[in-house]
Amino acid sequence: MAIWLTKDSKVIVQGMTGSEGSKHTRRMLKAGTNIVGGVNPRKAGTTVDFDGTEVPVFGSVADAMKETGADVTVIFVPPAFTKGAVVEAIDAGIGLAVVITEGVPVHDSAAFWAHAVATGNKTRIIGPNCPGVASPGASNAGIIPADISGSGRIGLVSKSGTLTYQLMYELRDIGFSTAVGIGGDPIIGTTHIDALAAFQDDPETDAIVMIGEIGGDAEERAAEFIKAHVTKPVVGYIAGFTAPPGKTMGHAGAIISGSSGTADAKKEALEAAGVKVGKTPSETARLMREIMSGL
Amino acid sequence: MDLYEYQGRDVFEKHGLPVLAGGVAETPEEARAIAERLGGRVVVKAQVKVGGRGKAGGVKLAADADEAYARANDILGMDIKGHTVHKVMLAETANIAEEYYFSYLLDRANRTFLCIASVAGGMEIETVAEEQPEKVAKIAIDANRGVDEALAREIVTAGHFPAEVADQVVAIAVDLWKTFIAEDATLVEVNPLAKTAEGRVLCLDAKVTLDENAGFRHADHEALEDKAAVDPLEQAAKAKDLNYVKLDGEVGIIGNGAGLVMSTLDVVAYAGEQFGGVKPANFLDIGGGASAEVMANGLEIVLSDPAVKSVFVNVFGGITACDAVANGIVQALAMLEGRGEQVTKPLVVRLDGNNAEAGRAILDGANNPLVERVDTMDGAAKRAAELAAAGK
Repeated sequence: MAIWLTKDSKVIVQGMTGSEGSKHTRRMLKAGTNIVGGVNPRKAGTTVDFDGTEVPVFGSVADAMKETGADVTVIFVPPAFTKGAVVEAIDAGIGLAVVITEGVPVHDSAAFWAHAVATGNKTRIIGPNCPGVASPGASNAGIIPADISGSGRIGLVSKSGTLTYQLMYELRDIGFSTAVGIGGDPIIGTTHIDALAAFQDDPETDAIVMIGEIGGDAEERAAEFIKAHVTKPVVGYIAGFTAPPGKTMGHAGAIISGSSGTADAKKEALEAAGVKVGKTPSETARLMREIMSGL
Repeated sequence: MDLYEYQGRDVFEKHGLPVLAGGVAETPEEARAIAERLGGRVVVKAQVKVGGRGKAGGVKLAADADEAYARANDILGMDIKGHTVHKVMLAETANIAEEYYFSYLLDRANRTFLCIASVAGGMEIETVAEEQPEKVAKIAIDANRGVDEALAREIVTAGHFPAEVADQVVAIAVDLWKTFIAEDATLVEVNPLAKTAEGRVLCLDAKVTLDENAGFRHADHEALEDKAAVDPLEQAAKAKDLNYVKLDGEVGIIGNGAGLVMSTLDVVAYAGEQFGGVKPANFLDIGGGASAEVMANGLEIVLSDPAVKSVFVNVFGGITACDAVANGIVQALAMLEGRGEQVTKPLVVRLDGNNAEAGRAILDGANNPLVERVDTMDGAAKRAAELAAAGK
């Protein structure tokens, strides 16, 4: 069944006609995603051909939803227009908005998040600055390569794209129900906790890999949540033990401020919640392998 | 990007906040001239992006311009917690009667903004929050509603500000919020927000952090960057649009994706423990589409670091295909030699994921004696650490 994204999901792409948007729409279609439309007000009424699949372009998210019944949007628009695109998706009432765009000003993310909250949180927002969601064999919304791993019973939630790919690759013989890249920005829509809760409730997920990195205290809060609410086994990995304080390490949110946001604090919190934390990605995969073979 | 106090003061002034007249000097002569312009009696403050400068002797009073010269002479060149003082700010003095605290900042956990206000200012707010939590008001701010006069008044009440300064603090709260929004800041902090003996409320310090992601709508922000204080390798990397952070080890690191590169640093540091404690020399994320040119630019930066004794290229082919990365490495080495660079440092390359087999075959075919292929991340990290230790 997977979480949030299934074979029945009808997906539209905001920014489909741009270079990144069209490249990844092609890949998503190839992965079996049911892409029902793109959004571009200047190209409404046209269609785009992706290797023989004609995808219609609509003038707005609302139009696309009315015409196609779309329930997921993947957003590839440039940073300056991301806030507008997300607000439009929220106002149209779509169920899931996956925001791939990197480099969104944090005031814009705060603004669209506040708008989502003020309008009753009807839209789940994933990202920004994330690789998206993949339910292998069913659907793929974002840029996670579809052929790394097949479907299986591990759920994965991660701040990092390439570490998601790395872990999926190492555990590809076991397979994944859903992998969720939540992104490395300081303000993100969906958190580790949201994904942990969904995996806990998903009958097709048996165990969970949680990948975190330096910055903020999302992992510490996730650890509290695991202690109180998650009965399925969780294996963790944290990146950035050797990162110096005060330096942004690639992701806008990956920064140790003073003594807060360190990898050590996150690891300790997770271990105190009964989570096995791998020292390296390979060891993390090994820990998960042991758990899956014992189930 | 963190601003210096004098830059923060300028930003505050631009947005109409009450600040004292001031100026910035890089030499004692300049300090004297500024002190004369300000009327002689000034405070001389070291400009460093680290707290605790007062205790370190980086803030001094000067009674006249000559004394300002002398104090600037003392402070310039000082080392404060590893930061060398290259600039001093000179500002008018105030008769401080009371010190408060006021800030707006990003609240990651609640995905919004936060106002922290306290009548106990002039010291670290973390200390106040620990010792006298009842004196610290924390108020969540809705990003879309912002701070209007009514909310500012609530903040002032919650922060227990005395009635006689309430109106002034309300005005400052509103203007500081406008500054926070207009500049795309993630922090604006006034500590102390001071009441003078004459009853005026003034911003006597200015700590401002700007969001670099918002740079595209602030043409003036680039000029605020202190290029001289940035590591020269970091500066060269930035000019080439590379995401690079200089560290203090010996193993140069190139990888794709911020999380994977951070993880690579950790794995190399663990492996280095077996080899005399060698450590990663840098963070370098070449991102998703690693073309030959990006790889060449990355290699050029990493190899030009004299501390680097070996290089670990760690790529997981997700969207990028490993054969393209392998071609990139081979071409990059040729390109560097074409640019007249003598490449003598060993490279350990780990390729995995999309088209890994083809990529490995390309590296094997190129048969470059400097390039060693190891197919697991842990094994490659160990080999790179070993080579770095041997090269020391």
